[in-house]
Amino acid sequence: MDDVVVRLGVHELIAAYVDCIDEDRLEEWPDFFVEQCRYLITSRPSHEAGLPHGVVYAASRGMLVDRVTALRRANIFEPHRYRHIVGPIRVEGIDATVAQAHSNFIAVRIMHDGEMNLFAAGRYLDRIDLTSKPYRFIERLVVLDSQKIDTLLVIPL
Amino acid sequence: MLELGADTMRGVPWPSNGLTEIPFRVYTDPEQYRLEQERIFKGPTWSFLCLASEIAKPGDYVATTIGETAVIVTRDGKGGINAFPNKCVHRGNLLCLERQGSVKEIRCIYHGWTYDLTGKLTGVAFERGVKRQGGMPPEFRKDEHDLAPLRVAELAGLVFGSFRSDAPDLESYLGPQVIGGIRRVLNRPAKILGRSTQVLPNNWKLYAENTKDTYHASILHSFLTTFRINRLSMPGGIHIDDSGGHHFSQAKLDYAAEDADYKREGLRSDTDLRLEDPSVIESVDEYGDSVSVQILTIFPNMILQQIRNTIAVRAIRPRGFDKTELDWIHLGFEDDDEAMTERRLRQGNLVGAAGYIAMEDGCVGGFVQRALRFNDDDSGVVMMGGYDAQSQPFRSSEAAIRGFWKKYRALTGD
Repeated sequence: MDDVVVRLGVHELIAAYVDCIDEDRLEEWPDFFVEQCRYLITSRPSHEAGLPHGVVYAASRGMLVDRVTALRRANIFEPHRYRHIVGPIRVEGIDATVAQAHSNFIAVRIMHDGEMNLFAAGRYLDRIDLTSKPYRFIERLVVLDSQKIDTLLVIPL
Repeated sequence: MLELGADTMRGVPWPSNGLTEIPFRVYTDPEQYRLEQERIFKGPTWSFLCLASEIAKPGDYVATTIGETAVIVTRDGKGGINAFPNKCVHRGNLLCLERQGSVKEIRCIYHGWTYDLTGKLTGVAFERGVKRQGGMPPEFRKDEHDLAPLRVAELAGLVFGSFRSDAPDLESYLGPQVIGGIRRVLNRPAKILGRSTQVLPNNWKLYAENTKDTYHASILHSFLTTFRINRLSMPGGIHIDDSGGHHFSQAKLDYAAEDADYKREGLRSDTDLRLEDPSVIESVDEYGDSVSVQILTIFPNMILQQIRNTIAVRAIRPRGFDKTELDWIHLGFEDDDEAMTERRLRQGNLVGAAGYIAMEDGCVGGFVQRALRFNDDDSGVVMMGGYDAQSQPFRSSEAAIRGFWKKYRALTGD
C-alpha cells in the first residue's frame, strides 16, 4: 500500500477522533474502533511496570458504547468538555493490514463555569486497522504522563 | 507524647455530646486540620503504609505519608519491616525522594549522613573533620541520633505503622470482627494489577465518611441501581468495631431483590438501560459466601474493597484541609488464571477515578467543600438508622459514619 496514503488516513483518523470527543459527539466515539478492540487508559509508571490495570479498560466496542451510555444517563458529574491538542503523529510499522502510530497529546479540561485546567498529558500508542475505510483503531493505549487524576475521569481521552 | 503545643490546641466546638450533629467547621478549619495531624495521624492509631509485597526483598523501601508526615518503610537484612520519619536527623532533609526503590543503606544527599535499614545512624561525613580540623565534638555520639522508629505491624500482607508506643497492638486496635473481614478478602497471596492516584478537592474526612456511608451508595451512584448491583434491598449489614472507627459493610448478590424502596421514593432509577457488553459486571463467587460487596475501613486512612471481583486497597493521604490524595492499589491474586485476571480488569471499570460506581465520590466531597465556604457555622445531621454506632443487619443507615466520629472525638478530646 502507498505509505503516503496510509499516513494521511492515520492522521485523519487521529484528528477526527479528538474532534469527536471535544465536540461532544460521543455517541460516534465507539465507531472509531473495530468490534474486537482494546482501549486502555493507564499511566506511564503503570505502563513501564507492566501493570495491566487501566483506569478505563475496554475489550470490545460494546464496552465503549456502555461508557457513553453511562456518561449520558447514569453518572453524575459537573458538566465539562476537553480540548485535545495532538502533537506530531509518528506512523511506524505499516504492513498490508495494520499500521502502528504514536502521538503526544494534552487535554485541557473546561468546566461549565469556564475554569480551565491542564487535565492530562500523555501518549497515544495505536494499532490501526487499514482494511476498513475510514481506518479504525484495533488498539489505543492512552498512557498518561502522571498517575494523578484530578477529581474524576468520565469523558474519554 | 503530644508535641509541644498540641495539648493546648483547641478543636472546633461540638454542639452536643451526641454523634448525630457534625459541626461543618471540622472540614474547613486549618487549626482543626493541624490538630488532627497530631492527635489522629500521630496519635494512638495505626495507619496503612504499604503492601508487604512492595518491600519484598532486603533493601526495598517505600516512601509514603501518615497524614502529611513523610515516613519511610524498609525491609532490613533480617527480613524485618521498619518505619521511621523520612527526615534526616541532621538538618531535616528528605532522605528518600522516590516513592519506591531498593538500597543498601539510606544516605542523605545533603551532607551524606547514612543510616542502616533499621534507621540506625551509621555514618556522618567528615565526622573526624578534614585534616584534623573541624569535625564533630567528641561528645557527639551517633547512637543518640538514630531515626526514631515507628511501630510497625503486618496483617494479611498489609503493613501498618504507628507513631505511638501507647497505641494498642494492631490486632486489639482492629478487633476480631474487622480482622475477620480483612482475612476474608486477603485470604491468599495477592499481586498488584495496577495503581493510580485520584486527587480529591475536599477534606480527607469527607471521603472517609463517604466510604462508611451505606446510605448514599445506591442513590448517588445510579449506575448501581440501573444495572442491578448493590441494592439496599439486598441482604447485607454493617459491622462496626467497639471503638467505632473501623467497619465493614457487606451485601450479598440477589438479583431477585425487590426495588420497592426506589419505586416508592421515586428516586431516579432508569431500568430501561442494559449493558451492551455485560462482561464489566460478570463475576464469580470467588469466596463462596455470596458476598458480592464488602467495603472495609480502618481508621484513619485505609479502605479494603471487594466489589464483586475487584479487590483494591485505597489509602487516604490528606494534603491540606481541602485536598486529599486517594491512592488506589488494584489487586489480584497469584493463583489467578488468565480468565480471572481479565475478569478483574474488566470489572476494574466499576471503581477508581473513572469508576462507573465510584467516580461520583471524587466530585461529591468537592461539592460539599464548596458549599461550606464561609457557610460552616452550623452542623450536618447523621441520624439515619438511629443515634449510636452499633453493628446493624441493614444498610440504610449512617451508623458507621457515627462510628467514625465516635473514634474521632475520643482521639481529639473535644
